[in-house]
Amino acid sequence: MKGPLPRRRLRFSRRSFLQAGAATGAVLAIGFRFDDALAQAPPPEKPAPNPFDAWIKIGKDGVVTLVMAKSEMGQGIFTALPMIVADELDVDFAKIKIQQAATNAAWYNHGTGGSSSVRTSFTPLRQVGAAARAMLVEAAADQWKVDPATLTTENGTVIGPGGKQLAYGALVEAAAKLPVPDLKTIALKDPAKFKLIGTSVPRYDVPSKTNGTAQFGGDVRLPGMLHAVVARPPVYGGSVKRYDAAKAKAVKGVKQIVELPKVDTDGAFTRGGIAVVADSTYAALQGREALEIEWEGGPNAAISNDSLRRDFEAMIAKGGLVVRNDGDADKLIAGDAKALKAVYEIPFQVHAPMEPLNATAHVKPDSVEVWMGCQGPQWPQGVIAGVLGYKPEQVKVHTTLLGGAFGRRYACDFGLEAAQISKAASAPVQVLWTREDDTRHGFYRPFSIHHMAAALDAKGAPSAWTHRMASTAIATFWEAPDKVKHEESEIGGAVNLPYAVPAMHMEYSHAPRGFPTMWWRSVEHSGNAFVVESFLDELASAAKADPLAYRLKLLSPPRQVKIPPEGDGSPLDTARLSAVLELAAAKAGWGKPLAPGRFRGIAGHYSFESYAAQVAEVSVTKGKVRVHKVVCAVDCGRAISPDNVKAQMESCIVYGLTATLKSAITVKDGRIEQGNFHDYEMLRIDESPEIEVHIVPSDRPPTGTGEPGLPPTAPAVANAIFAATGKRVRRLPIKESDLA
Amino acid sequence: MAIRFTLNGAASSVDVDPNTPLLWVLRDTLSLTGTKYGCGMAQCGACTVHLDGEATRTCVLPVSAIEGKKVTTIEGLSKDGSHPVQQAWIAEQVPQCGYCQSGMIMTAAELLARKPKPSDADIDSAIGGHICRCGTYPRIRKAIHRAAKAGPR
Repeated sequence: MKGPLPRRRLRFSRRSFLQAGAATGAVLAIGFRFDDALAQAPPPEKPAPNPFDAWIKIGKDGVVTLVMAKSEMGQGIFTALPMIVADELDVDFAKIKIQQAATNAAWYNHGTGGSSSVRTSFTPLRQVGAAARAMLVEAAADQWKVDPATLTTENGTVIGPGGKQLAYGALVEAAAKLPVPDLKTIALKDPAKFKLIGTSVPRYDVPSKTNGTAQFGGDVRLPGMLHAVVARPPVYGGSVKRYDAAKAKAVKGVKQIVELPKVDTDGAFTRGGIAVVADSTYAALQGREALEIEWEGGPNAAISNDSLRRDFEAMIAKGGLVVRNDGDADKLIAGDAKALKAVYEIPFQVHAPMEPLNATAHVKPDSVEVWMGCQGPQWPQGVIAGVLGYKPEQVKVHTTLLGGAFGRRYACDFGLEAAQISKAASAPVQVLWTREDDTRHGFYRPFSIHHMAAALDAKGAPSAWTHRMASTAIATFWEAPDKVKHEESEIGGAVNLPYAVPAMHMEYSHAPRGFPTMWWRSVEHSGNAFVVESFLDELASAAKADPLAYRLKLLSPPRQVKIPPEGDGSPLDTARLSAVLELAAAKAGWGKPLAPGRFRGIAGHYSFESYAAQVAEVSVTKGKVRVHKVVCAVDCGRAISPDNVKAQMESCIVYGLTATLKSAITVKDGRIEQGNFHDYEMLRIDESPEIEVHIVPSDRPPTGTGEPGLPPTAPAVANAIFAATGKRVRRLPIKESDLA
Repeated sequence: MAIRFTLNGAASSVDVDPNTPLLWVLRDTLSLTGTKYGCGMAQCGACTVHLDGEATRTCVLPVSAIEGKKVTTIEGLSKDGSHPVQQAWIAEQVPQCGYCQSGMIMTAAELLARKPKPSDADIDSAIGGHICRCGTYPRIRKAIHRAAKAGPR
């Protein structure tokens, strides 16, 4: 069985159903569903225990609780989502609480990823807020015997004739007995009257993150809880040949050694290995050291960056899947002696959240409870139930705060391991991944090679563009071979080239299954934006054109560009891309003189339905790059909380700069060569540039912000380096030796 | 043999393997989970506490080294989150995922205690030993300057 993999391109429906209002007397509770496409109707023999995937509850004290299985990983949704409800409901933000829903059988079907939370929740949350408000107004109207249309609401209160007031809390009992209005036709607030949306409300979770009280997965403490670490095969797919259990057991505090089978079904993909269970983390770590394991490399022991690069080159030479073919680009390029040709390379990256992976499980004969910071609790729930032989409704996954995720915490391997070990130990067990474990047993951003070519017409505009790409495809790893669309999650941001080119050809090839790859912040856009925006800069340079003017010319006249073949997601609007490029350029003083030794580069990109452009200001001294400033412009539709949008852009830029300037994951003999922050280095404060963020004012529906700020960073920096040195960076991360 | 020390103002003692890093004693033995594990090799600063007032990495510090000393963790920095650094962190909306921030705050508090008006270079040098993967560095810098302006408690 191919498990309940939460596909990245979740086809969220913007419709939602308000199926019922459930009254308990003490609260007005409205359950609702966000999506009708994800969760199919339950089979008749297995009725849904709960048809809703989210609730709002209003208590007699007037406190509004939003119950959702959405994960807070730093992106601020514990603030943005309640803001939307509070605004529509006319309550003070201080009166609204968010409650993390545990998995409730199969029904809290919420993944948190793809920069999707706000864009997919905005309308449903408004609708349900408006419905609750309408019910409270009607209850007040009944009591006062007036027409509800004559009543207004403000600050958690219904206001009636002559200034009479009734607090929501006093109305919940009566309101709960009323039918729930139809969500699809409910009147929504006039956006001009928004009080919270569009303002920078201080974040709900920030105080707890300044005093040590914020609860992350590793902070869970259960009575009788044991601590475990796992020795996993250094090569993915490898196994244990022999080990010394007695030596490990001799370590004081070590309780048990557990052999873990690898699980590569059900979308689980645990590595297997040997778990050491102890009464403290330190004892478990000492025990693991004592195991003296000899490993069997397995089928992937020959994989290396070099072997993959050779494979990619052979695949590209042979020809791949044609994903776009307009005109005869190859012929035009072959006939042009001055055609531009370049090869770009994007390395593996690991997510490296500051909180290394961990999970806590308590497996009992009739139930399983798991605590983990995860991006989609229903996935580990299903996998754990399947592997351990429980029914999904016997497994409850509690989502804690996530100490960074960036895609990695969508996987459920760390939760499954904890459950397997707890079962073997017959006790609650917390499994800690060390930083080395987190680095070496990741699911990596794919490694890719891109062969680019273009021909220019007499005016310097591109007449033909070809892009031949090969990578370790994410879908190839996760999806069943018979269902897989290998190019999915690989070609976005490249196949939908926004620039006008009469003839364009793109091919895609994938490495055979074997290397564990996954969604890494902004997925394929992180690499493809670097390739496309750098190569376009090469064209501008060949045409002796200003990089900004060259882009703007090729983006006009305004048009919509779809991702072929099925046009997944909203099409790219070239006018909006132009607008962010122009805004970033204007704010950065594009074309104006700079301090001596400083140079600018620009890049723009469309991803997750948002548009971002950045101008990087750099200097290069003896090959050493210093990024002094990044000016970012973003069009993410209506910004729910502008300060948080800025924070997300800052975050994307710093995360992107680490991948641009500092580190990469490399593979040799099937093993990851890096382990900790000394050899997988992070950007630190002394290298962090001044960042300026400008948000395009907009009343369009909100779109993604957690990822779209990342793709333009690497090409903006690389293009500035070209301006500074005349050297074209075609491989990341940028090395001093490439520029010296 | 028990190791005695002062923890957040109160006398404390633990009887564990003296080689155990203080980090795991705080987290596993004493259930003070505000101090975080990030790397285990003093690279990231998530595990920073004050040892006799000095910002110290606990992931590489054997608990035997704290005998008779004063340990302050994030939980003990103030009773009610009122330390100027904590207040500045809220005012500048610094944390995102928040995992690294206990360590950041402890180092910032120590920096301000020994240098009430730190320069950008002072901030780089103190916070340069820390890693934030969410990229809150620009706000950390602003928050430290803000706390410096607010003055000592």
